[in-house]
Amino acid sequence: MEKIIVCIKGVPKPGTVKVDPETHTLKRESMELILNPNDRPALEMAIRLKEKYRAEITIISMGPPNIIPLLKQAYALGIDQMILLSDRAFAGADTLATSYVLARAIEKLSPFSIVLMGLKSIDGETAQVPSETAGLLGLPSLINIKELKKEDDKWIAIRENEYGEEEIEVESSLLASVSPQAFDYLRPPSLKRLIEVKEKEPLIWTASDIQAEPEKLGLKGSPTQVVDVFEKKLEMKGTILEGEPQELVEKFIEVLKEKEIIKI
Amino acid sequence: MLIYPLTDSQKLLLDLIKQIGEEYIKPYALEWDEKEIYDEKPIKALAHADLFGIIIPEEYGGLGWGSFEMCLAVEYLSYYCAGVSTTYAASFLGCYPILLFGNKEQKAKYLPFIATGEKLCAFALTEPQAGSDAFAIKTTAKKEGDYYILNGMKQWITNGGIADIYIVIAMTDPAKGARGASAFIVEKDDPGFSIGKKEKKLGLRASVTTELFFDDCKIPRDRLLAKEGMGFIVALKTLDYARCGAGAQALGIAQAAMEVALKHATSRVQFGQPIYNFQAVSHTFAEMAMKIEASRALVYNVAKYIDSGAKDFSGASSMAKCLATDTAMWVTERAIQMMGGYGYMRDYPVQKYFRDAKCLQIYEGTNEIQKNVIARELLKYYK
Repeated sequence: MEKIIVCIKGVPKPGTVKVDPETHTLKRESMELILNPNDRPALEMAIRLKEKYRAEITIISMGPPNIIPLLKQAYALGIDQMILLSDRAFAGADTLATSYVLARAIEKLSPFSIVLMGLKSIDGETAQVPSETAGLLGLPSLINIKELKKEDDKWIAIRENEYGEEEIEVESSLLASVSPQAFDYLRPPSLKRLIEVKEKEPLIWTASDIQAEPEKLGLKGSPTQVVDVFEKKLEMKGTILEGEPQELVEKFIEVLKEKEIIKI
Repeated sequence: MLIYPLTDSQKLLLDLIKQIGEEYIKPYALEWDEKEIYDEKPIKALAHADLFGIIIPEEYGGLGWGSFEMCLAVEYLSYYCAGVSTTYAASFLGCYPILLFGNKEQKAKYLPFIATGEKLCAFALTEPQAGSDAFAIKTTAKKEGDYYILNGMKQWITNGGIADIYIVIAMTDPAKGARGASAFIVEKDDPGFSIGKKEKKLGLRASVTTELFFDDCKIPRDRLLAKEGMGFIVALKTLDYARCGAGAQALGIAQAAMEVALKHATSRVQFGQPIYNFQAVSHTFAEMAMKIEASRALVYNVAKYIDSGAKDFSGASSMAKCLATDTAMWVTERAIQMMGGYGYMRDYPVQKYFRDAKCLQIYEGTNEIQKNVIARELLKYYK
């Protein structure tokens, strides 16, 4: 029986994020959390592998208890076990501190065959966590794959690059991030499992449960810091040219030459 | 306007249908209608969501729920696209014969695959010369040893070609007339069974309707449902159960049409004010809302009546189907009128609701036949 681990993240629903104009931080009370949309292809891949090869899927997510409904949503897709990594010490973590926590949790779940993640979250969008987590675990990392299959005792991953398709053979456990375009169909939750999961709660692991070193956690363990969050306002600057058509064309050509858009 | 109390499970069901509608249907419904495309993705989604198992008993992998939950699911799906809900509801129509009349072996063989949505069903009664006059069917089934040989054709069968399981009503003893028909389970790959052309329809264009051909189609005798001679009983009982589903479809279409038209009427300004301010318009919406609530109340009550174990509900289910589908036709026609030119353009969905609604007055027994049934049943209650 293969063991597959999928890392998921709760992200603010686009359009519900408000930034406090004074502190430049996110107004967390007004935020609605959703499952990171890019995590769905990773979950879909895990479930298809489970259907094909007989596997057990565990999902882990680092966040406060208010993301538990999201873990339950993932459960309803066909996951076997939910684990929430929650501890005050994790707060303020950048991608490295996050990857450290995930890596410690994944190690606690050893032995395993595969770790899957979405390509990137839709809030931070760094796409760093898969590579960093793999690095901390000493696992081969396969970024942006669209297919994963087993041949004899090896995993074959397929991914697209600018020239075509790459096939990568891995003989050991691996960590992969899944391309958002990997599947043209992503399944919805199962009603039976939605009803089932109402009576279930995830396992909650704290920093001590995963034997995490305190100086590597949260804000303290983050070499990068978010200095500012602001809404980028697009300003349209316009000039209106007046005159007869021939004049307008000549004026406009001058403007283009000035801005070095054309050279005559 | 009437809020019906729902259990937690029923609320979960509706949330899930809305989720599926928003993600898998809404962005594509107009395109499917325009190009008359059947897309299997929403059907796959409904299957993964366990929704094909709504009325299948738990022992066969279903949810073991009843007509009311089926009606809720069909109504809310129809809000997004009646073509998709037709594929879904017609599969239940095709599975009721097995559910109601199948023996243990037949139920164990087919119901689990139906519950998971792996296999869709179709119900095949109608023929070119036998529509409302279902007794005029000519397809025959001759017993030869351990097999039945079917010959003939069926017309206008929903899910033709995409279903794996077909319930076919054929004459085993033409001399016996109404008592000479039998119901059979035909599987897609049975020798001598073929699918005819896909029909070009006015509406419900995302659903597939085809002819079926039986050319010395050979099926094992264990495919007979119930007993020889019970074919029309199987068919009519099946239609009794499935009718409130057609009514539920009508509710979804009517609700969607009214909402779209209402949004238009409250924002469209003519003569310096929203047209909703004019009584001709607001009164039309008042009537739409009343008719929809009345139809919904009837459909829901009939569904719950069936679920309570009632045995004699032909008249009631005919009423629900007839009233709700007539309502949908009236509402969608008025919705186009309330939207004026915008209602007539195919860029907007209201004309699709109108075209979709029309079929509901025709299939699963025309509304004229429904009134025949009601008139007949009336005599049982009021003499």
